[in-house]
Amino acid sequence: MRVRPSRQLASNVVALVVMAAAAGLALAAETPDPAADLKAFQNFFTKKFPGVKLEDFVNGPYSMDEDMYRQWEEKEQFPPYEFALEAGKEMFSTPFGNGKTYADCFPNRGIGIRQNYPYFDEKEGKVVTLELALNRCREANGEAPLSYVNDEMASLTAYMAFTSRGKPMDIKVPNDPRALAAYENGKRYFYTRRGQLNFSCASCHVQSPGEHIRAEVLAPALGIVNALPIYRSEWSGMGTTSRRFVTCNSQTRAVPLEPQSDEYRDVEYFLSYVSNGLPISGPGARP
Amino acid sequence: MSITLNTLVRVLAAMAFASAATPAVAVSEEDFKAAYATAEAAERQAGTLHNQWTTTEATLAASRKAAAAGNFDAAMSQAKEAEALAKASIFQANDEKERWKDVEVR
Repeated sequence: MRVRPSRQLASNVVALVVMAAAAGLALAAETPDPAADLKAFQNFFTKKFPGVKLEDFVNGPYSMDEDMYRQWEEKEQFPPYEFALEAGKEMFSTPFGNGKTYADCFPNRGIGIRQNYPYFDEKEGKVVTLELALNRCREANGEAPLSYVNDEMASLTAYMAFTSRGKPMDIKVPNDPRALAAYENGKRYFYTRRGQLNFSCASCHVQSPGEHIRAEVLAPALGIVNALPIYRSEWSGMGTTSRRFVTCNSQTRAVPLEPQSDEYRDVEYFLSYVSNGLPISGPGARP
Repeated sequence: MSITLNTLVRVLAAMAFASAATPAVAVSEEDFKAAYATAEAAERQAGTLHNQWTTTEATLAASRKAAAAGNFDAAMSQAKEAEALAKASIFQANDEKERWKDVEVR
């Protein structure tokens, strides 16, 4: 059959337009959209737990169980993290060898700023967490960095969180391909199954919050970072965000990454961003 | 992919058990070394995928310990098991490269 040149041209143009539209749709589907994720994430939890107020999700397992909530209210009268707050306050105000303090490294002298961490450092092209910023502050002032999983770092971040209590989490993902890639990497890490038990972070904290895993009630992912650092009765002590990630990985029989590795920083960035608007409640106390 | 991780682990573990459980003759040090090197290479590959398992590491350590004690039969069995675990972790990492998107909250 012969096709007239004009009809052939028209059909070619139509095919090109369809292909371009399909490519555009595919590209849109692949481009990270943190604002849409935030909305979907918060909707998911508020629909799953219609009886829980949005701001209460930061109370983790206590928001899922009425009896536990009452126990927690009583526990808060004499909170187990109090000693860490005292220690953190003292560390925060004690000058380094060069006479400077942590306050010299942070906006607003480090008071009431927890809700802005982690942030994306456009110069470095990477995510900077509060724990990382504290150690960078120490190193810039001639001090040795602290362990990311020990009490001293937990005490410092506990004090800084306490000065920020009630402030809404306010994480920015700038329109920078590197920031979007870091955010997406954090999201990927969060949903990826790992370890011999084949669990992802989401297996417990999206698919099963409120359920028991042995004696523990699983916390919702929404607002989970707002309560960090935490005192855990199971640990008989305080735990940093780094310690939380390392422990979660070990519990699924995955070899944990180095604390403050890019992936851990990125997953904290993702989790913090989708908890935007929820109040800082750290330091928290958990069973 | 239709095969699940749990199925794969069972198949690999059964293969490792079958090959290690019925040695016709005592395992030589050379045979152990070859099996251990294979397991270690698989575990390194899992490491490049940022997906090593604690159980693989523990089984490799148990294999080394048995070899150091001169028990090459046990060392070989542990090396084969470690290889199966490492291969399962590699499978998991590759399988999850796109699959995580299926459970994303949208």
